[in-house]
Amino acid sequence: MLDMQHISKVYRTDLVETHALRDFNLGVAEGEFVAVTGPSGSGKTTFLNIAGLLESADGGQYRLDGEDVGALGDDARARIRNQKIGFIFQGFNLIPDLDVFDNVDVPLRYRGLAARERRARIDRALELVGLAARSRHLPSQLSGGQQQRVAIARAIAGEPRFLLADEPTGNLDSLMARQIMDLLAEINRQGTTIILVTHDPELARRAHRNIHVMDGAVTDLKPYAARTGQAGAAVA
Amino acid sequence: MSGYYLRLAWLSLKRTPAITLLMIGAIALGIGATTTTLTVYHRMSTNPIAHRNDVLRAVTIDNWSADRPFDEEHPDRPPTELTYRDAVAIAAGAPAARIVAMRKTSLTAEPGAGRPPFLVEARLATRDFFPMFDVPFAYGTGWDARADRDGEPVVVLSKETNGKLFGGENSVGRVLRLDGREYRVIGVLADWQPTPKFYDLNNGDYDTPEDLFLPFALGAALEMQPAGNVNCWKTETLAGIRDLFGSECIWHQLWAELRTPAEVERFQAWLDGYVAEQRKLGRFARKSNNRLYTVDEWLTRHEVVGRDSRVLLLVSFAFLAVCVLNVVGLLLSRFLGAAGASAIRRALGASRGEIFRQHLVEVGAVGALAGLGGLALGALGLRALQQLYGSYDRLTQLDLSMILAAIALAVLAGVLAGLYPAWRICRVQPAGYLKTQ
Repeated sequence: MLDMQHISKVYRTDLVETHALRDFNLGVAEGEFVAVTGPSGSGKTTFLNIAGLLESADGGQYRLDGEDVGALGDDARARIRNQKIGFIFQGFNLIPDLDVFDNVDVPLRYRGLAARERRARIDRALELVGLAARSRHLPSQLSGGQQQRVAIARAIAGEPRFLLADEPTGNLDSLMARQIMDLLAEINRQGTTIILVTHDPELARRAHRNIHVMDGAVTDLKPYAARTGQAGAAVA
Repeated sequence: MSGYYLRLAWLSLKRTPAITLLMIGAIALGIGATTTTLTVYHRMSTNPIAHRNDVLRAVTIDNWSADRPFDEEHPDRPPTELTYRDAVAIAAGAPAARIVAMRKTSLTAEPGAGRPPFLVEARLATRDFFPMFDVPFAYGTGWDARADRDGEPVVVLSKETNGKLFGGENSVGRVLRLDGREYRVIGVLADWQPTPKFYDLNNGDYDTPEDLFLPFALGAALEMQPAGNVNCWKTETLAGIRDLFGSECIWHQLWAELRTPAEVERFQAWLDGYVAEQRKLGRFARKSNNRLYTVDEWLTRHEVVGRDSRVLLLVSFAFLAVCVLNVVGLLLSRFLGAAGASAIRRALGASRGEIFRQHLVEVGAVGALAGLGGLALGALGLRALQQLYGSYDRLTQLDLSMILAAIALAVLAGVLAGLYPAWRICRVQPAGYLKTQ
């Protein structure tokens, strides 16, 4: 599903060069739930941005779904983001002017789906995250947890094969965080590949596999716990 | 997606009403100034009989002094009017499908029934005046050949004069007293306001047509005084109107209807021959210079659209450009201020083109709203011009084409203002903005 080989990424300013990723190698199989952990500044978000085609790598090869996506142009990358990838951001990243329904509608609009199909998908996604009754609320009228659930609904409404979540519970209390993780686990059970970036080892334990990133490289690939059946690593 | 983009535009404009109003106001101001000058320019430069442009010809011959040309600035141009005897001779003899000799006079109308007399402007013309210039009739018709020949006392009234004298009713058959004589009304015109008044540009380019129309022969028979320009070059004794008829002074207009190039050629040859004959009689001392002008050429020859009007138009467009430049700055700060939302859209799959179009629709909407505001300001500007120059009221009327042009211009101005900001925003890299959320 996702195959990164020798990926590197450098951010340059006039004064300093920062190697965000160096010789980064990772493969993720279809249907996996992978948690990426690591300290701040280790390169987790850069990895997620490159994986989600929001940024380009400076070196190495990235294949997504068998396609070499490293050299694709801007609009081709946007098309893949729209059709194959769902994003859940730490900061929710909802559009404040749009109500819940219209926020979830955004990626579907760009896919060119018919109005009836868009409506059906939005209703289904909002039903799944328990916000069907709040479809005409603005983001500012919702709690943090509800906003994150809207973001999840937006990410899954397009039925992506690949879901990228960056600290999706970072701004939430523990109860809400657990609910969100339950939701992600359920989405994964339905076949969506998930990569979750988190600081929280507790949340990471609920993934099939944990990857630790340090100084822009993968330092530890923990086993696929659900498959090996190791205690303490069961998938929720 | 257009409907979707329009809805996003509405939400976006609603979010910052002060900036929105500022942008609309800036473009509206430019459009208001442009609409005002453009309307006047448009009305000035329109050929009011464009559909007959190629068949109508203003007839000119150069009877001017051997010592100096009629137009010192353009010595190659013949005079714009003709003498009485040339007008009559050419109208009677030249080969044309239709031909009209005419001039202006003024008379006193006596409405009777205790109402006070008033002065009217009249056009003395041969009968082809009406069909040649597509003059519309509400009631009756023009006069026939006999009336032309015999100078019958018949009259055609303008719509306004008929309203003033007969309350707008069908007055055909009624009698009107002019300068103490009775005239039978045989026709009443429908609304007819050719602007500019192409058929006589010697007596006010934008004047309204005359109040009434009389057979040309009456002018000589009753020795009616001229009411328009009379230009003379020769030292002649002009003791009275009779002398004027026989003089080298020019005060008549002559138009011919020539339907084919062959007819034009034949007419031109006849005209050249006529002047050659007159030269033998000691007239026409200048080199033969007999010209036939189409209506367009005639309007240009008379410089109906003056240089000042063109300069004013350019100034108003320059003002619009300044307004647009100001809006570019406002749009840039506004779009970049909302770059986060565009970054989210890009992250979720919007192409650069889609972001670009979304923002262009927004600026197009700003432009359309500014167009409506600009039209209101333009109407105010035109009203002010009407107040200042009452006689030019027909130049200051907004018509549908100008309304549509103003809105189209406003949308174009909005889109032009938005091109660079929209281009900048569509190139936003989503990752950079999403990190900062």
